[in-house]
Amino acid sequence: MDINSIDHILDEAAKNSQPIWQVVLSEEQKDSGMTADEIRGRVEEAYRVMKTAAVSGISSDMKSISGLTGGDAARYYNHIRNRKNVLGAASAKAMAYALATGGYNAAMGVIVAAPTAGAAGILPGVLIAAQEEYGLAERDIINALITASGIGAVIASRASISGASGGCQAECGSAAAMAAAALCEAMGCTPRQCVNAAALALKNSLGLVCDPVAGLVEVPCIKRNGIYAVLAMAAADMAMAGIESFIPPDEVIDAMFQIGMNMPPCLKETAEGGLAVTPTGLAAKRRIN
Amino acid sequence: MFDILGPVTVGPSSSHTAGAVRIGLVCRTLLGGEVRRALITFYGSFADTYKGHGTDKAVVGGLLGFDTDNEKIKESLRIAEFRGMVYGIRTAEDIRYHPNTVVIEAAAGDRKVKVKGESTGGGSIRIAGINDFQVDAVCLLDTMVIMHRDTPGILAEMTRVFASNGYNIGNLRLSRAKRDGNAVTVVETDVPVDADTGAQIREIKGVSDVVSIPRF
Ligand code: SF4
Repeated sequence: MDINSIDHILDEAAKNSQPIWQVVLSEEQKDSGMTADEIRGRVEEAYRVMKTAAVSGISSDMKSISGLTGGDAARYYNHIRNRKNVLGAASAKAMAYALATGGYNAAMGVIVAAPTAGAAGILPGVLIAAQEEYGLAERDIINALITASGIGAVIASRASISGASGGCQAECGSAAAMAAAALCEAMGCTPRQCVNAAALALKNSLGLVCDPVAGLVEVPCIKRNGIYAVLAMAAADMAMAGIESFIPPDEVIDAMFQIGMNMPPCLKETAEGGLAVTPTGLAAKRRIN
Repeated sequence: MFDILGPVTVGPSSSHTAGAVRIGLVCRTLLGGEVRRALITFYGSFADTYKGHGTDKAVVGGLLGFDTDNEKIKESLRIAEFRGMVYGIRTAEDIRYHPNTVVIEAAAGDRKVKVKGESTGGGSIRIAGINDFQVDAVCLLDTMVIMHRDTPGILAEMTRVFASNGYNIGNLRLSRAKRDGNAVTVVETDVPVDADTGAQIREIKGVSDVVSIPRF
């Protein structure tokens, strides 16, 4: 699926007075030759995998392969169960599920890369929490995931979704943009609100570097999934209130690309800068090698 | 769509795990049977971080025929031993290589193959070499790998077979390693090539081997 601008999505949506998911679904049908039902079936399957990962990541206290991380999702989930959370229920749950998925991923569990494995917790975290908290229908969640994939496709086409080429803004930033748009879609917002939610989330992820300790998708990645799930919800909430991004979505994506190009290689997944080269980061690396 | 919302894969990294599984799978497909021996060489970032990313388990899992979403990948090293597959893992440096490169030299029965694969991000891969021939296959379309002698007219003969069976070629690349008369041609088509057409290609004089790699 090659959709290269958010404006194009908005135009198509306006032309046929369709929601974004409908536009994206038609594009995918044209592109893949699959029927709408086949596509939906695959998205449903992806959502099932997402839920299994989020739940397994909380209930088990598995360690990552390297032994560096594990157990934080369970810790935070208990915090919610004890009603100690400062965050509202939806965002607290989103954070718990995102942490859980990130931890499950680090332990080689099966996840859905969305858009990458490193950022796999954000989109499911937001949607699973919203479904539980607001009683959203399964169909609305599937539509939201289709919308998210459309936003992700535009980012992949105009910029990048890989930490190695664009830094973490391209991974967790893109995931947060997808999740923010998805949440708006699930809550019945207009296409304009959906894309503004995406723009707001991405705008506030700009400049985020990829500096994983020991080069592994664990530190800071797992907790970053948790925090960016909350950021996605905040962006969606602003958009739902009618707040728009001053810089239009396509221009924000282009800015992300340009920032990624200007980011030095040591901050793009090479583990040669940032948190990776702090004394603690380096010590952890020595420990596991 | 499912490159953004996917792949469904074992963690922890789409490039260092999912992509690595796929390269192993391609290698297995090229061999067309149970892999008996494999020497796996990691380069660049793969060499630095393969343990923590389980890239070794991923490649071996692919060689065993596990797809990216198979939980058994976690245990693939043990399963390999159980199934009698002998593998070796080593690291090397070559600054000309893509940072996430793995070279697999593998054997199944009397068939041998050497595959150079690059994991280009998000689970996408590029097969950059087969048996020291430079190729370029990203496996997003159905891909056919044809080993043959580099004789005049052989390419025309192949394209004729594709055309007469109604296949539209999306991409075709012939590569020669040295001027020893051997070549590899990689053909990408929009739809999978049926067995009959594959057999017709194999019958062309000078063609020694034909393998179809299904798209991901
Ligand atoms: S820090 Fe790097 S490896 Fe970790 S999630 Fe972000 S982009 Fe991925």
